[in-house]
Amino acid sequence: MAGTKTNSRVRVVWTGIRAVLVLTVVCGIVYPLVVTGLAQGIFHDKANGSIVKVDGKNVASSLVGQYWGTAKTVKQNGEEVTVVTPNPKWFQPRPSTSNYDPAASGASNLALSNPELTKTVEQRKADVAKFNGVSESAVPADAVTASGSSLDPQISPAYAKLQIDRVARVNHLSATAVAKLVDAHVQGRTLGILGDPRVNVLELNLALATMS
Amino acid sequence: MSPVLAAVLQALFLIALLGVCYVPFGTYMANVYTSRKHLKVEKGLYRLMGVDPDAEQRWPAYLRGVLVFSAASVLFLYLIQRIQSHLPLDRLALGTDGSTGHNLVNVDPQQSFNTAASFVSNTNWQSYSGETTMSHVTQMTGLAVQNFVSAAVGMAVAIALVRGFARYRSGGELGNFWVDLVRGTLRILLPVAVVGALILVAGGVTQSLSMPETVTGLGGEVQHLFTGPIASQEVIKELGTNGGGFFNANSAHPFENPNPFTNIFEIFLILIIPFSLTRTFGKMVGSVKQGYALLGAMGGVWLLFVVLMHVTEFLHPGAAAQAAGAAMEGKESRFGIGGSSLFAVSTTMTSTGAVDSFHSSFTGFGGGIALFDMMLGEVTPGGVGSGLYGMLIIAVITVFIAGLMVGRTPEYLGKKLGSREITMAALYILVTPTVALLFTSISMAMPTARASMANPGMAHGFTEVLYAFTSGANNNGSAFAGLNANTDWYNTAIGIAMLMGRFLPMVFVLALAGSLTEQKPIPASKGTLRTNTPMFAMLAASVVILVCGLTYFPALALGPLAEGFSS
Repeated sequence: MAGTKTNSRVRVVWTGIRAVLVLTVVCGIVYPLVVTGLAQGIFHDKANGSIVKVDGKNVASSLVGQYWGTAKTVKQNGEEVTVVTPNPKWFQPRPSTSNYDPAASGASNLALSNPELTKTVEQRKADVAKFNGVSESAVPADAVTASGSSLDPQISPAYAKLQIDRVARVNHLSATAVAKLVDAHVQGRTLGILGDPRVNVLELNLALATMS
Repeated sequence: MSPVLAAVLQALFLIALLGVCYVPFGTYMANVYTSRKHLKVEKGLYRLMGVDPDAEQRWPAYLRGVLVFSAASVLFLYLIQRIQSHLPLDRLALGTDGSTGHNLVNVDPQQSFNTAASFVSNTNWQSYSGETTMSHVTQMTGLAVQNFVSAAVGMAVAIALVRGFARYRSGGELGNFWVDLVRGTLRILLPVAVVGALILVAGGVTQSLSMPETVTGLGGEVQHLFTGPIASQEVIKELGTNGGGFFNANSAHPFENPNPFTNIFEIFLILIIPFSLTRTFGKMVGSVKQGYALLGAMGGVWLLFVVLMHVTEFLHPGAAAQAAGAAMEGKESRFGIGGSSLFAVSTTMTSTGAVDSFHSSFTGFGGGIALFDMMLGEVTPGGVGSGLYGMLIIAVITVFIAGLMVGRTPEYLGKKLGSREITMAALYILVTPTVALLFTSISMAMPTARASMANPGMAHGFTEVLYAFTSGANNNGSAFAGLNANTDWYNTAIGIAMLMGRFLPMVFVLALAGSLTEQKPIPASKGTLRTNTPMFAMLAASVVILVCGLTYFPALALGPLAEGFSS
């Protein structure tokens, strides 16, 4: 009896190993390949990252934010950091902890009680107000906070509207025409209740580019 | 429409969606685990595994199956990470500098162990950034597979406990672990995953096996956009309450969660199995009302915390949020305060740990709620399977406490709860807090471990460490990500905490199931506490909060409460 018991205990180890291998084939090879095949067949563009082309060239994914300015590497306290100077010609996205680098998605993780974050927020508020020639009290929250992914492709309608005068002036367009453009690009809540209203910065800037 | 009203309607929309699916899906799952027929493809798999699907197992054999399968899984997942540079598709990931076309290096031993323990224990704590660390092969054949099977293991153990209540076998048989494992995977998780993955792709989640796409923006930025087989992994990450993201930013990343609809759909996937399993339980014990009582306890606590989270996040106390005008740091503009709050409570109450916004930048009380959610022991509604067996343990404790008050021998569903049963339940309740608090105190005593804290001030830094071990031991996996957890100490200690937090409770659950199934059911008498009433649901919910409160209050006072009251 003791012998068969030992045998069955050794056998269960083999069963465990075989089960891992068998289920790996089912869930780790067959399943993702079937889904990939179906997705590529039915939703080809979306499955490949919703890439937007202009004149045949890939310019962005409509889902992933970018910076709209010039990046320069400068030395700050002995460390090399990238600083992006926003280009006033374009609508600007939210602040990003990674300067919209897709290899460094993630958040600041700073606590709201952290004085460093309060300082950053106040600095951003002053910068945004100055850049757009508005008062600090007019600057909305999303313009001075970094998103969770640091790749947020959208801004609030309030932040888009705040930028209208500056964008119109620099591009020699009428403010009413740019305001119309912004209105046309406001996406409401899905089904009227899901999420928040927002404006896709890339789509807005692409439309702006065809206008000017 | 005001954001607050929209957030309320959004939450009601989610509840309606869950309500519609509850009955058919819960009943379907009950049929899966009680059907005598094996599918043809299942018979094939049993032959390959060398399993007799009609053999019944007593609890020690069932437990051996769970442990052996999980140990083999840890080993396999560890190996894949250690040799991924020699496997195909390793050039598709991004280099740490964002460049493409690199040979990915192997993951180091401590991190490989941590990740293997993490995914096998259904925790999905991540001390790595997916896009620059793991190859597509590791993601697909390693991590995603564990997303399926660790969830199926959780369900199997829950079903074994339900059988302990539902049936009488003088020999103590609980069913067959291998059959429960295969059926849960093939008949429940896979079909939902295939449909769900396609719904996500339709919303914009990527699903490809090609090189990262390079784009040059009109604004001047060059980006290497890393795609990959994300939808197929995203869906099971939520459905199996796993939570391990393809990307570092997890479900905040636009390729994992592109719009408000996918956000609600992912929250739905997180909650559907844990809630519906109460129906499965009700069907199997022959009274769906017993299931409604558990659902009432789970849903009531979930809803209470959803409301509290919305209130604190909309009010946004905290200096930085006051300066900004709203608590939008770490949140995506497409989800807003409402979508982020709903996700945060659902992910921390289900042992999922996926995030669509970063809890470290929530308000002091909001972060505290996320932490408290996990401390409730992941039973409201809890992880896939683990939520149900955890809630059944709570029900046992509740019946016991009620029995003490009126001086009767406690019984639940016709089974007597003697000293052996109560001992098992008590051990179950004790093991997770013990692991979490023990490792937290050891870390606080180690200068090198304290150095990993990101935010100044003991309160928030302490919360980071407490959150990490609470998350690990409760198999949640979400992080107060400020903590630098990729150190030898945290990788090893959290790895051990996750394994202990997952498998020790399972031992007690299966031992309890074994002793229950040997008991002949006794008919209900006048003195029997009725457990299918709203009253019982409320009692059980209070026991959840009471047990947790008594265990963790001192630790909470040192961390989030101290921070919340000082801001």
